[in-house]
Amino acid sequence: MTAHHAPAPVSPEDARIAPKPRLRRFQQASWDEKLIFELGSPGERGVLVPAPDPSIAPVEIPPTLRRAAPPALPEMSQQQVLRHYLRLSQENLGADLNIDVGQGTCTMKYSPKVNDQFVRDPRIAALHPLQDEDTVQGVLGIIHSLELLLKEISGMDRVSLQPAAGSAAIYTNVAMIRAYFAARGELEQRDEVITTIFSHPSNAACAKTAGFKVITLHPDADGYPDIEALKAAVGPRTAALLITNPEDTGIYNPRIEEFVRIVHEAGGLCSYDQANANGILGITRAREAGFDLCHFNLHKTFSTPHACGGPAAGACAVREELAPYLPRPTVEFDGERYRLDDDRPESIGKMRPFYGVVPNLVRAYAWIMSLGAEGLRSAAETAVLNNNYLLHKVRQIPGVSVPYAQGRPRVEQVRYSWQKLHEDTGLHSEDIGLRAADFGTHYWTSHHPYLVPEPMTLEPTESYTRDDLDEYAAILAEIAREAYESPDTVRTAPHRSTIHRVRPETLDDPATWAVSWRAYRRKILGGAAR
Amino acid sequence: MVNPVAGLGGRVGLGGTDGQERRHRALALGARPLAGERAAAALRELRELRAGPGAGAGAGALGGAVAGPGGGRPGAEPEVVTAAGAMGADSVAAAGLTARVVYAPGAEDETSAEDTLAAVRAVVAEGVDLLLLAGGDGTARDVLTALGGAHCPVLGVPTGVKMHSAVFGVSPRAAGEVAAAWLARSGSVRLRDAEVMDRDEDELRAGRVASRLYGWLPVPDVPVRVQQRKTGSTAGAPEAVGGIAAEVAERVGDGLLALGPGSTTRAVAAALGADVSLTGVDVLALRPGRPAEVVLRDAGEDALLAAGPCWIALSPIGGQGFLLGRGNQQISPRVLRAAGGRERLLVVCTEQKLASLGGRPLLLDTGDEALDAELAGHLPVITGRRRTSLYRLTT
Repeated sequence: MTAHHAPAPVSPEDARIAPKPRLRRFQQASWDEKLIFELGSPGERGVLVPAPDPSIAPVEIPPTLRRAAPPALPEMSQQQVLRHYLRLSQENLGADLNIDVGQGTCTMKYSPKVNDQFVRDPRIAALHPLQDEDTVQGVLGIIHSLELLLKEISGMDRVSLQPAAGSAAIYTNVAMIRAYFAARGELEQRDEVITTIFSHPSNAACAKTAGFKVITLHPDADGYPDIEALKAAVGPRTAALLITNPEDTGIYNPRIEEFVRIVHEAGGLCSYDQANANGILGITRAREAGFDLCHFNLHKTFSTPHACGGPAAGACAVREELAPYLPRPTVEFDGERYRLDDDRPESIGKMRPFYGVVPNLVRAYAWIMSLGAEGLRSAAETAVLNNNYLLHKVRQIPGVSVPYAQGRPRVEQVRYSWQKLHEDTGLHSEDIGLRAADFGTHYWTSHHPYLVPEPMTLEPTESYTRDDLDEYAAILAEIAREAYESPDTVRTAPHRSTIHRVRPETLDDPATWAVSWRAYRRKILGGAAR
Repeated sequence: MVNPVAGLGGRVGLGGTDGQERRHRALALGARPLAGERAAAALRELRELRAGPGAGAGAGALGGAVAGPGGGRPGAEPEVVTAAGAMGADSVAAAGLTARVVYAPGAEDETSAEDTLAAVRAVVAEGVDLLLLAGGDGTARDVLTALGGAHCPVLGVPTGVKMHSAVFGVSPRAAGEVAAAWLARSGSVRLRDAEVMDRDEDELRAGRVASRLYGWLPVPDVPVRVQQRKTGSTAGAPEAVGGIAAEVAERVGDGLLALGPGSTTRAVAAALGADVSLTGVDVLALRPGRPAEVVLRDAGEDALLAAGPCWIALSPIGGQGFLLGRGNQQISPRVLRAAGGRERLLVVCTEQKLASLGGRPLLLDTGDEALDAELAGHLPVITGRRRTSLYRLTT
């Protein structure tokens, strides 16, 4: 053999890897902005509200419901209001501004702007929940059609869109499980609910709120929920299994059918938390895995961005046996007319008044209709591809590891660990997240308890381009380099944000938090509460 | 308080440096002392406090390694109370802080455990806000002995070889960071009891590697892991312990409960209304609706057997996972069998502590293979009121 010194040929794969993008300059706006209650002056007006049409009869408000004095609202012009809120918006890292793949588990996907136009249409925006059924046929039609779409997506038999959020949907499912066993006279015997440490904490919390005892399974040596623990946990006391799949670690439980079978054999029901459905739309269905109930988060998976506790909407889907227990009223269609059916004697009752969170239902309906079946599957496949592309790039960064289920690809998100970097530098995952803000982006660690040390959870969804993902990975690589070479830069970050580090202990101290103007006056300004 | 020889044996493969002979061998093999430098790295984190870090109550005044008496005066020059030379003063000077020396060892290049004890006592007598110790498990044990129950917040700068104890920062700088946070905001940061552990030399001579629990030291629990508020609220330790205590009380009903050592079991006892020892095994009498009563304090195996049938509550050692056979040998195979074995064993642990084991199983080493086999498998761990985790227990 003769040695030869020709340069190694560039493989087609290498040629496709984009050069590391130049990191963009970023400086967050900082306005010395007062609270809106400190702005304006008495008598100033934004708009003059027209007097009501004389044909509308005035409504008499009972004296007991009337305020003694008018509310102390700030009085200011429309332009002042506009400037105030535009300035505040510049002091944020909003969903439309940054590559928010770092808000893992929240599925921060792009919500088409046209969907918001539908929601702002007066036919939706001006709807009153007490209108007569005959005058809301359109919105009832949207709700009914969306129920049918989600029925198809889940494979289940009936759907309710009443729950206000993911947790409310989980609670609805638990309440139906309770009603189901109560009707069979088994509730006293079946008082245990099984979940896993990888499942959302809402599952355990909802089960406990509904009066069940909670048994949590931990991972086996391979990092999957321990099936031997499940076998040890099930029995005549088992009411249900509440499980998330894929989990927030991005791992899909490959033995999910076996889990369901074991619980069914013990006489329990199985409820599927599909908060992470973004990577399985059109690919797997809860029904085929044998589940009895499931839920979706219509915010997150279907268009409306997760808004840090903002407007959410949950959807519950159940098999025929559980349909009688669905919250009332249900939306029924006789082929000509939609109506609300309140006459459901076995129902668990109302989860919230009226129809649910209508704007989110409209966005979800528009999102599904605009994509179609092929589009849904394509969104899921793109989300998985994006995630594994980002995984490939991030795992090359010094200090990062990917715990559990070694060597297995992930579905639509990954929970990484900065444990190595922490041991080497003393820096925490939060420090890295705060430094990320200096590059105009952010990330979230994970919820408690921390299953991996120094966690970081990334979920790119289908909405991001390869350039976006390259830029995000380059930001993380740059921060890791800084952590090793000039750790103080990271330790003292952020340097380009409006607000420096927030002292977390004040958030846990009722003496210092202020969630209202009145509380702010009393606790922070020291003034008398009004 | 710097133990100048801590960690000396690490790089030359000798392990810990307990005893003069091993220290001399380490030096002969070319070991270079590292403790002083690492202590200085931690102390440098405290320099910023001189200017006052801002809004924290009582910011500014402190002793670096050790805050001076009456610490907390805003704007005052930080005062470090320490021992002479390599035992502290050198590191303080290297960090650019001012030291007040209150103890000098007889022979500076041959410091001993007696010097550590004397130095700690001299420093603590000054009424410091925090005692920073630079060393390893042996040093932490010396500090535990020197304090002898006196209350003084302690934090370890890791310079030893193994460090099984939970009193150390993850790195010298991290320790300095935690110390700075504690000193700047001493009003709002809580203390937690952290385990002091060391290798069990008796076991080692018998050819087994095992560590032993010696006690607890109060360590600042600085929330450097800022909780991101996705779930709205997560139960902190006090709430979790309250739930665990309520569940334990319900299971035991009207009966006797033997409590193994540990900060979790001690907190459970406190929630039940009883004050128990930190390192011993105590027996409580539980009566529904009434505070628990301590009927046996620091009980040995015979006393436990004489007490009659008990429920037994144990908590695993954090990070390590040992449930039986370390630090609670009083709860012997005979005691466990007399209690009724697995059915009477209540394992208590917060969910965060279980999660921090990273999937590693709980461990047992009772010395009785048949009992170990009977206990092994999936065990319910009480993590709150009406909440359990099924967790693996192996030998």
